[in-house]
Amino acid sequence: MLSCKEVTHLVSESLDRKLSISERFRMQLHFRICAYCRNFRRQMTFLRQACRRLAEGKAPFDSDQG
Amino acid sequence: MSHPANTASPGAADALAALEAHRSYLVRYAMLQLRDPVKAEDAVQETLLAALENQARFAGKSQVRTWLTGILKHKIVDQLRAQSRETAISGLVAEGDGEDDDVAVFDALFNGRDHWGDDRPSDWGDPERTLENKRFWETFEMCSKLMSAQVARVFMMREVLGLSTEEICKDLSITPTNCWVMLYRARMSLRMCLEKRWFGEGSKGK
Repeated sequence: MLSCKEVTHLVSESLDRKLSISERFRMQLHFRICAYCRNFRRQMTFLRQACRRLAEGKAPFDSDQG
Repeated sequence: MSHPANTASPGAADALAALEAHRSYLVRYAMLQLRDPVKAEDAVQETLLAALENQARFAGKSQVRTWLTGILKHKIVDQLRAQSRETAISGLVAEGDGEDDDVAVFDALFNGRDHWGDDRPSDWGDPERTLENKRFWETFEMCSKLMSAQVARVFMMREVLGLSTEEICKDLSITPTNCWVMLYRARMSLRMCLEKRWFGEGSKGK
């Protein structure tokens, strides 16, 4: 069984490379029993979403919206 | 002294003024990635000039800011590439800076069996609502400054500029494993900070 720490590495790497079938399987297995790692996975997706928003120039971080 | 663009055509001054309205946004965007006010200003200046020259091409486009950000992205990538060539050797030596601190901080999140300890990842709720909140972006900016310069550069190249890890490895002369480790550190650091400063209990956010 993967540890939470190992899962955090795999979740991060899944954003940068294609994981092997075995890695994905073991990660899914872990998610089934670990709500914290599921939260972690959603947090990583959120970070990517935030950066994309920034990249598109759609982050509302100033007063002169346009 | 008048700007050359002001005399180019009657509409040029208006066009410049319209583009200038986006300057502060663009500077903040560039600062996140370059971390150097002078370099950020340079990149934005070049972007606005390039935009002015290519004005005809964006005429009628509704998303001017998206278009400008696209140009700026290229300018930032150029800057980062030049920077990485300059610091290729010294960078290798300096790369270890802060590394041990990072690892110690992340390790503290896990217990002896490498499962989550006391600071467990919480549910961050509806992403849309958060991303529309101006104050969230202030926190995001602040948190992104906590990463070491090396880690931040790799993270921004990957996530904001949208380069592949292969491209980043080539640009910075690092191995894929090194790249993944840096990205991991960046994400862990950013999420920890956001968890504490924005999403956490007692934070004034949300």
